[in-house]
Amino acid sequence: MTESNTVWYVDAEAIENIAVGAGILGTGGGGNPYVGKLMVRRCLDEGAVIPVVSLDAVTDDATAVSVGGMGAPTVSVEKIQRGDEPIVALRALEQYAGRRADYLVPWEIGGTNSTRPLVQSAYSGLPVVDADSMGRAFPELQMCTFSIYGVPCTPAAIADVRHDVALFPKTATTKLLEKYARAVTIEMGGSTGFAFPLMSGAELKRTAIPGTLTLAKEIGRVVREARQTLTDPVAALLSVSGGEVLFRGKITSVHRTMTRGFAKGEIELEGMEDDRGDNLLIEFQNENLVARRGETVIASVPDLISIVDTNTAEPVTTEVLRYGLRVAVVGIPAPQLLRTTRALEVVGPRAFGFNFDYEPLAGEYGAGRIAQTSLS
Amino acid sequence: MRIGIDVGGTNTDGVLMQGREVLAWAKKATSADVTSGIKDVLQSLLGTNVQPKDIGAVMIGTTHFTNAVIQRRDLVPTGVVRLCLPAGEAVPPLYDWPRDLQAVVGNHRHLAHGGHEFDGREISPLDADELARIADKLTDAGVNALAIVGVFAPVTPEHEQRASEIFRARNPQVEIALSHEIGRLSLLERENATALNASLAPLARRTMRGFRNALAEMDIQAELYVTQNDGTLMSADFAEQYPVLTFSSGPTNSMRGAAFLTGLSDAMVIDIGGTTTDVGVLSGGFPREASFAVDIGGVRTNFRMPDLISIGLGGGSLVREEGHRIGPDSVGYQIRERSLAFGGDELTATDIAVASGWVELGDPERVANLPEETRSQAQTTIHDLIAQAVDQLRTSPDPVPVIVVGGGSILVHGDLDGASEVHKPEHFLVANAIGAAIAQVSGEVDQIFSLETMSRQAAIGAARDQAHARTIQAGALPDTIEVVELEEIPLPYLPSSAIRIRVKMVGQL
Repeated sequence: MTESNTVWYVDAEAIENIAVGAGILGTGGGGNPYVGKLMVRRCLDEGAVIPVVSLDAVTDDATAVSVGGMGAPTVSVEKIQRGDEPIVALRALEQYAGRRADYLVPWEIGGTNSTRPLVQSAYSGLPVVDADSMGRAFPELQMCTFSIYGVPCTPAAIADVRHDVALFPKTATTKLLEKYARAVTIEMGGSTGFAFPLMSGAELKRTAIPGTLTLAKEIGRVVREARQTLTDPVAALLSVSGGEVLFRGKITSVHRTMTRGFAKGEIELEGMEDDRGDNLLIEFQNENLVARRGETVIASVPDLISIVDTNTAEPVTTEVLRYGLRVAVVGIPAPQLLRTTRALEVVGPRAFGFNFDYEPLAGEYGAGRIAQTSLS
Repeated sequence: MRIGIDVGGTNTDGVLMQGREVLAWAKKATSADVTSGIKDVLQSLLGTNVQPKDIGAVMIGTTHFTNAVIQRRDLVPTGVVRLCLPAGEAVPPLYDWPRDLQAVVGNHRHLAHGGHEFDGREISPLDADELARIADKLTDAGVNALAIVGVFAPVTPEHEQRASEIFRARNPQVEIALSHEIGRLSLLERENATALNASLAPLARRTMRGFRNALAEMDIQAELYVTQNDGTLMSADFAEQYPVLTFSSGPTNSMRGAAFLTGLSDAMVIDIGGTTTDVGVLSGGFPREASFAVDIGGVRTNFRMPDLISIGLGGGSLVREEGHRIGPDSVGYQIRERSLAFGGDELTATDIAVASGWVELGDPERVANLPEETRSQAQTTIHDLIAQAVDQLRTSPDPVPVIVVGGGSILVHGDLDGASEVHKPEHFLVANAIGAAIAQVSGEVDQIFSLETMSRQAAIGAARDQAHARTIQAGALPDTIEVVELEEIPLPYLPSSAIRIRVKMVGQL
């Protein structure tokens, strides 16, 4: 990272940009950041100051906790949160662990969980670290760099709108925590706020993906500018994300099934422009997992496969997929931390039940942003 | 025989139809009281040889309520009560509304206990005392319109209904809109629509009275229907309660009318008015719907709206820079006073059509000495503007059939890039009214089913049966009923086996 010891503050413009960028990094899932954006805006209206500090500014002996929301997006757009659930979970966690948090860190930059830590910062006064544990969105908790690189996921806490708290002092694996916490989340009404893992600054710096809030903000900024100046928002998106257009086409069929709480399915696209005559098949499990052109896999997890509207670069989530939409399928190379042998065991294609190996997309995650930052 | 009427901001159009045949049509100015404009149309349609008793049904489409919201007029101060506590505090009601619209409805927003979880459990019990206190506050503030919005009310409406009784008992005058009767899941968007609906209540009452009076004064005793967003009909009584359900009926009617007039079910429809042009896509005879949230006057709603592109080009658009720039400003309905061909001094798109000999209107002599270069450049500009909009909505590079309707259709002459054929159907001026006259009735179900006690197939079957029964209840002939939408939406990230099923059926009266 070229940034060091930098702090920036979330303002009204930044939150608009983050919401757009986080939607694109959500790769079809992660929930719509709209409600989260309004929550942040309301905090700003009331005078909240939300500092975002760069990962390398965190000292080794500091304590950082990841916070966010858990549950079904369908529930969270209907049952608007009380707002402070993750902080209530955090306070219970601190009490149990006997340590106070110095920093909040996003769990998942893709989708609605990009904005929750910002709201919690407003409630608690704690700064937010410019990093996360996915660089995108994933369907399950263990698919995060904290767990992959050995940060224990427990103790962990979740809280609901009544401020009831469930504490998990210890689970053997993050996958088990996922299972238990989700079961409790359902009993708590389908959406909760969470706080875990609690870790040292050294652990955070070793495992987190740096600069992802800035990346979401920059993607949003260039896309929104392109929309306003009537230039190509998809090209703008590519310029900062390090991604490429894998396919342009229209959606010709969407097939959805429901398995173990996941929206699984397939999207078929018919090529347009340069891709005319070709077909693309995308398989998703909440998030888009694999893209096949004919028989050939052209992109797969952990690389990001994002479907966006060709005219606006508005992300097309798995919930709004519809016949006839004209879209660009954008592939963004996964962060290096998701591309190691160790990571691929958890987030590679085989971890999702596919019987092929990961072939990385060329390029670098957020390449354009890094170039831009060093220019400025 | 039936009559279709389109009450627009400028004109009231009507058609008299028998079966598929248009027997007569009329175009009159919309009157401030709505009634006399409709009466003028009815008078003209009935003429001498049609008796009021021959009319079986009257269908009215109107943009009255959309325009009221867009222009911030005729809206009354409105209370919003969200049943949600202790959830719901993070984003207050109407938070994302434009400031000027917030000012019109006032700051009468309350959060109260109540609402349900996704599986039907109460978030908290309803608190009658709390609601009575809010009711008194609203009464003291002189607020007589109220939106009640319960969390998960589309699945479990009980709290909204009980709260409504409590408010009505405190203030019998209050007009109440319940969110579960108006919108789908997604609380903020449904709340917005419900608040707009409540705020439109007095205007809805006046407007429907105007409609009914016009019919009564003409001795027409036929059933009165109003067209809704999806192109189907609701009774006038229902429309009086739910004016927001007419929000996008204008473009929907025009596209349905275009489909009817040409017999095409898959085509692009270009509706050119005085100031703007709407381009939309017909798919299977119905407008293709937008997949993103739709703004009405700056307010986010989750109604299904036709996927439209609007461009600032119409018959009254001003022509500038030797024809290089046309619109978006327009003389609008003043075209007959202000455009050159009609004796005014503004060069409009209509003048270009007159000068090009595409249409006989006004006095062609007045535009005869327009420079040839301006005229030909303006023709190109008009053509390009429309062709770009068509191109944006296309789903394949293959040319598509295009249907041109509306008063400004004189601006399209000859071929159009990207169009396999260009249709300008007879009666293209009154496509809206025809769309209203041919509208069908519908029945809809949008419900969450638990798959723990029934199979997926059984759940879909149950939803279909219910939608079918509702369509018949709405007046449909059983053998004309068909499914137009069937959607299964799993609730992701939750391992409980619940599924949301949406079914819509339509049938003919």
